[in-house]
Amino acid sequence: METINLTIDGKPVTAEKGTTVLKAAQSVGIKIPTLCHDDRLEDYGGCRMCMVEIETKRGRKRLVASCVYPVEEGLQVQTNTEKVRKIRRMIIELLWPAWQPYAEEYGVTSSRFKTGMTDCSLCGLCVRYCADVKKANRIYFEGRGVDRKPALVEGSELQCRACGECFTLCGSGWIASRC
Amino acid sequence: MSRLKKPADLKKLKKEAVARRGAKKTWLAVCTGTGCRAYGAEPLADSFEGEIARRGIADTVGVRRTGCHGFCERGPLVVIQPEDTCYLGAKPKNVPDIIDRLTTGEGNVEKLLYLDEANGERLSRLEQIPFYKHQKRILLENNVLIDPSDILDYIAVGGYSALAKVLAGMAPEDVLKEVTDANLRGRGGGGFPAGWKWETTRDAPEEPKYVIVNADEGDPGAYMDRSILEGNPHSVLEGLIIGAYTIGASQGFIYVRQEYPLARKHAERALDQAREYGLLGRNILGTDFSFDVKIHRGAGAFVSGESSALMCAIEGHVGEPRPKYIHTSEKGLWGKPSCLNNVETWANVPHIINHGAEWFGRMGTEKSKGTKIFSLVGKVKNTGLVEVPMGITLRDIIFKIGGGVPKGKKFKAVQTGGPSGGVIPESLLDLPVDFDELTKVGSMMGSGGMIVMDENTCMVDTARYYTNFLAHESCGKCVPCREGLRQTLEILNRIAAGRGKEGDLALLEELGEFMEAASLCALGQSAPFPVLSTLKYFRKEYEEHIREKRCAAGVCTELIAYVIDQEKCTACGACFRNCPVDAINKSKDKVFTIIQEKCIKCGACYTACPDKFSAVVKVPATTMQKQSAGAATLHETKA
Repeated sequence: METINLTIDGKPVTAEKGTTVLKAAQSVGIKIPTLCHDDRLEDYGGCRMCMVEIETKRGRKRLVASCVYPVEEGLQVQTNTEKVRKIRRMIIELLWPAWQPYAEEYGVTSSRFKTGMTDCSLCGLCVRYCADVKKANRIYFEGRGVDRKPALVEGSELQCRACGECFTLCGSGWIASRC
Repeated sequence: MSRLKKPADLKKLKKEAVARRGAKKTWLAVCTGTGCRAYGAEPLADSFEGEIARRGIADTVGVRRTGCHGFCERGPLVVIQPEDTCYLGAKPKNVPDIIDRLTTGEGNVEKLLYLDEANGERLSRLEQIPFYKHQKRILLENNVLIDPSDILDYIAVGGYSALAKVLAGMAPEDVLKEVTDANLRGRGGGGFPAGWKWETTRDAPEEPKYVIVNADEGDPGAYMDRSILEGNPHSVLEGLIIGAYTIGASQGFIYVRQEYPLARKHAERALDQAREYGLLGRNILGTDFSFDVKIHRGAGAFVSGESSALMCAIEGHVGEPRPKYIHTSEKGLWGKPSCLNNVETWANVPHIINHGAEWFGRMGTEKSKGTKIFSLVGKVKNTGLVEVPMGITLRDIIFKIGGGVPKGKKFKAVQTGGPSGGVIPESLLDLPVDFDELTKVGSMMGSGGMIVMDENTCMVDTARYYTNFLAHESCGKCVPCREGLRQTLEILNRIAAGRGKEGDLALLEELGEFMEAASLCALGQSAPFPVLSTLKYFRKEYEEHIREKRCAAGVCTELIAYVIDQEKCTACGACFRNCPVDAINKSKDKVFTIIQEKCIKCGACYTACPDKFSAVVKVPATTMQKQSAGAATLHETKA
């Protein structure tokens, strides 16, 4: 097994080549907030909650989504800088009030934006779980951009209620309320 | 015709092709690109053919249906070769006259020639017309010369000679060096050096490798790629084949959008003909190199122009971007190394091989070499496709080539780089066109859209238009892009409707910075540019909308009202007849008035009122609210 050495929040970490920064952080007990991530599913990079600041060995600094960024030798990762916290606060505000698990930690109590425009965070956990783990493909996204929303394949309500495995993945209760 | 069995065979074929073209003394090159077709170019070409047959002069005069010549504003375009006499806006009724002059040799049909407004002179030759004179046409040059559905036409003007040169004795490394030395940068928008991309794909360990043409051009008002693919498809194909040879790919794709039926048709025909002549398929030009190309039709999603989304779409999935911390050049189509370049980028390759990197490097600025095609549209006299050397100023493009703003209106801004580009104000017009310079001022080169705006353009409305476009064309996968655009649009709608609040502008800027930093792909990262750049250069306009509830350009409907100037109104009734909601009072005496409560501000009366009267005028809605309800007129509001 080829290993990679990097530092996360100043802590030296050794990780397996090909793994992501998120997994490397989790392996040493550093928590990075996530919404669309699930260990059973392919990394998605959609919610951007897990963004971190990195500096590569060549000195290049940037913000990346840690759930999809592969570990690199000599990488320095900061998981909780003000820049990163600002992004997370904005995501919570934009999804308000559909998704609030980190609201308290990030000091968000309301949103400056028009709220209630969506009751689903569109994290895609249900869609991907149904497709990749259950291989049932009963739920999908329809539309794109601001019109994107989850939808059930017509006539799936009964089977979906019987299975219900994705209900627990759903942070907003969208899927359970429709079956 | 038999297949070409070795690179040298091409020379012989070229001789035949040149002789075939030379058999006729005169050619009428009729532009049958999509724009000129809309003007009736096809019936025009038909009537030329009919007239030529009727007079029995088909042995000496021929009609060639070509791709886009560029001067779309004045189509249908006809160029008589070899004299290069350029007729603008010709109609079938002009055909006998044109042929008369041709056969007798007695001058030209004056009224169809370009009129130089400065001195009233008629200019007959293509290169004399200012629109063409200030361009440097390398990629578009052959569009005027060849029939895009005929491979022999392309071969006659030197087509496939670069491929023959490569296969006759250039190692892939030599080709790569030439493209890298030329510093050809991606014409699709990013400006990423093509040589690096090629090298990354070439050096990636996995097999097979793919090469792809991105012809998913979707920017509103932009049609550079369409015109190349329609007018000279073989040039793109030749570049692609050379790329495949260099990279080591045996399969290529052309991803062309469904909305470009003619481009697709011509590309398909080009593939068939190239296969027939042994320029594509197994053992190209008799060498060991085999390569073939498939056409993939896009299903209409703008975001599929993004490289990873495009590859998802070719694989048969929904076209959504993937996180790309590993480039598609290394892990692209089906996880294999894939080199994706835009149509214009590929079309540059044969020229670089034929003339060398040094020749290419002589054009342009230090870091942006060669030429760039722009579609110059909007409030500009000479709408069309222009090819210019990098480094030319925006002012030269808009005023020298474009002829400036029509109807004596004042120039306000130019929007470059497609929907997620930025607006550039007049103070920056002397900026050289260069990838890095445009980025510095908050816009970008993009794929080459250039939309000119005059004083009647509202910048809040402009930002709202592009934000709305992107909000519906984003894939919606990542939160910053989807929700950021949703809320940006919400705020802009509010401001345009006169409901803007103090603090809205700061919120827009904060959202913009967030989207730029946190979005998954380039679409979201650049989506706030229209808002941020208009805020940067036209902040006052936003503030007027918010504080004074006033749209100075008279565009935002909720902030304006239409009234009829009593002194100018002649009661012609044009407004009355065109009003869809009966909001116009036909009074007994001569003046008409608009009933404000009924008016939906569609502007039909404003358009219908003859220019010589201009009695219907726009006034700020706030002035109407101060009035008592009823049939207000301009003079009442002035009081």
